[in-house]
Amino acid sequence: MTAPMPPVLAVEGLSVEFRTARGVVRAVDDLSFTIGEGETVAIVGESGSGKSTAAMAMLRLIADPPGRIVAGSIRLDGQELLTLDDASLRRVRGRQIAMIFQDPMMALNPIYTIERQIGEVLRLHLGVGRAEAFAQTVELLRLVGVPAPEDRARQYPHNLSGGMRQRVMIAMALACRPRLLIADEPTTALDVTVQAQVLELIQELKTRLGMAVLLITHDLGVVAETAHRVIVMYTGGKVEEATAGQLFADPRHPYTQGLLQAAKWEESDGVELREIPGTVPSPFAMPTGCSFAPRCAAVVPRCQTDRPALTEILPGRPVRCFVAQGAAR
Amino acid sequence: MNGLALFWRRYRRNRGAVAGAATLALVVVAALVGPLLYPVDPFDMVGRPSQPPFGRFPLGTDVAGRDVLAGILNGARISLVIGILASLAATLLGVLVGAIAGYYGGRIDDMLMRVTEFFLTIPSFVLAVVVVAIFQPTVMTVTCAIAIVSWPSVARLARGEFIAQRDREYVKGCRAIGMPDWEIILLQIMPNALPPVIVVSSLMVATAILTESGLSFLGLGDPNLVSWGYMIGVARTVLRTAWWMAAIPGAMILVTVLAINLVGEGLNDALNPKLRRR
Repeated sequence: MTAPMPPVLAVEGLSVEFRTARGVVRAVDDLSFTIGEGETVAIVGESGSGKSTAAMAMLRLIADPPGRIVAGSIRLDGQELLTLDDASLRRVRGRQIAMIFQDPMMALNPIYTIERQIGEVLRLHLGVGRAEAFAQTVELLRLVGVPAPEDRARQYPHNLSGGMRQRVMIAMALACRPRLLIADEPTTALDVTVQAQVLELIQELKTRLGMAVLLITHDLGVVAETAHRVIVMYTGGKVEEATAGQLFADPRHPYTQGLLQAAKWEESDGVELREIPGTVPSPFAMPTGCSFAPRCAAVVPRCQTDRPALTEILPGRPVRCFVAQGAAR
Repeated sequence: MNGLALFWRRYRRNRGAVAGAATLALVVVAALVGPLLYPVDPFDMVGRPSQPPFGRFPLGTDVAGRDVLAGILNGARISLVIGILASLAATLLGVLVGAIAGYYGGRIDDMLMRVTEFFLTIPSFVLAVVVVAIFQPTVMTVTCAIAIVSWPSVARLARGEFIAQRDREYVKGCRAIGMPDWEIILLQIMPNALPPVIVVSSLMVATAILTESGLSFLGLGDPNLVSWGYMIGVARTVLRTAWWMAAIPGAMILVTVLAINLVGEGLNDALNPKLRRR
C-alpha cells in the first residue's frame, strides 16, 4: 500500500517548541511522515497532542515568538520549505499548499464579499484582473457545489450558512490548484449532515485535481471514511502509523486501542463507555518514561523509566510501545 | 450604500449625538462663512475698548478695542483646524505604531510600547508647552505639539485591537494564502480595528481644541491668528469688570467641545453596537 510515486510532502524529524513563562514546551517531537499524490493522510489525537501545531508548521504559520521549528525538514515535491525566504514562502502558501481551517465562521474576513476574498488568492498568485477573478470565483464556487454562485459571490460571510462558508473556504483553498491541501478539523464546526457533504466534496476534488490531503482530526469516523493512512499522535509524537484498514482492524498501541474503544461507544447502544482514564500529561510535567504510561492499561515497569522508540513491528507499521514491540521486560 | 444607512439609523437613536452633530455643524458653518459674512479684521481696533455686548458691536470689544465677534468667528477656524489636524496626525501616528506593535508582537511590541509609555508618563500639557516653546509658535508647531502628546492613547488602543484580531482565523487564512504582512495589516485587519479608533480620535478633537486654547491662553498660540484661548487670555486682567469678554470665547469652547463629545458618543453607539446596550 505504499505510494508508487515520489511523495508530494515529506516531513522528517520535525520538532516544534514553544517558549512560555514556565519553560520550553515541545509541542511536536521528531515527527516524520510522507504523503503521496492523491493520498489522504490523517493525523489523529486528542487536544494538545500537537496535531494542529504540526499542520501549522507545514506552512510555517507558527507564531514566532513563542513558537519555533527547532529541527527537521519539510519538503514539498523535493523543495525544502524550512529554509525558504519570506517572499518564496509566500509563493508556496496558497499556491502549492492550501489550508482549510476549523471554523468557517471565523476564517473569512467579515467585511469583504466572498468574491473579493477568493479573488484575493487569484490576484496574489496568478495576477489575474478583476473581471477574470470574478469569473474564476464563480467557477470555483460552482465546483464546490455552492448554488447560485453569481449571487453568492457578491454576498458577505454573514449571509452564508456554516456549511456554505466551509465550501467557500474550500473554494478559496482550491483556487490555485494546490499540490497539498491541509484540512485542520474541517468538519468539527459543522452539522453532521453537512459534515458528510464536505468530506465527500474534499474526497471528490482530491481525486479530480490529484492533490495530496493532510487531514487533521480527532474524529475517527471522519478518518474511517476518508483516510488512506493514519498517524496517531500523543504528546507531540507519533505513537503509531498504519493504513486506515489496519488501524481499525488491528490497533497495536494501547492509546490507539483506547481511542477506538471510546469511539465504538458512539455507534452501539448498551455498551459501557470505555474512555481512556486520566488526561494528557501537562507539558511541564512529562513522565520520564513513556508519556502514555500513566494512563495505559498494559503498562509494564519498563514504561516508567525508558522512553520507547518508534519501531516497525511489521513492515510499514511503526509503533511506539514496548508491549506492542514485544520488548517489555 | 446600505452600510451608511445602517450607520445613520444607529447614530440617530442617540438624541444627544444628533444635537451634538447639529451644534457642531453650526460651529463649522460659522467658521467657514462667518468671516466672509462679517468681514472685520479681528486685530483691528474698531472702537472704544471693553464695550459690553449688544451695543455698537454685537459681542462688544476687548481691552484693546477689537471686535469680539470677529475674534470668535476667526477663532472658530483656528480651533477647528488645529483640533482636526492634530487629531488626524495623532491618529495616523498612533494607529501606525499600534498596528505594528500589535501585529508583530514580541520585541518590536516591547520597544514601541516603551516609547509610548514614555510619552504617557509625561504630563501632556507640559510637554506641549515645551514643544511649542522650543519652536516658534505657529499653527504648524502647535498642531504638531498637540499631535505629539495625543498619539500614545491611540497607539495603545490600536495595539489592543490588533492583538485581538491578529490571532483570528481569517488572519491566519490570509497568511496561509501567502498575503504579505503590509496587506494583512492595512487591508484586512485595519478595517476591523478602526471603529473604536474612530471614536477615540473624534473625542481627541475636543481635547486638542482644549489644549490649543490652553496654549493660546498662555500666549503660546500663533501670534498672527486670533484663537478662543488667546481671547480668554487677553480678557483675564479684566475678569471682574468685563466678565463677558472671557465668558463668550469660554462658552464657545465649552459648546464646541461638548458637541464633539456628543458626536463621539454617537459614533461609539453606531460603530460599536456590541457596547451599546448598557
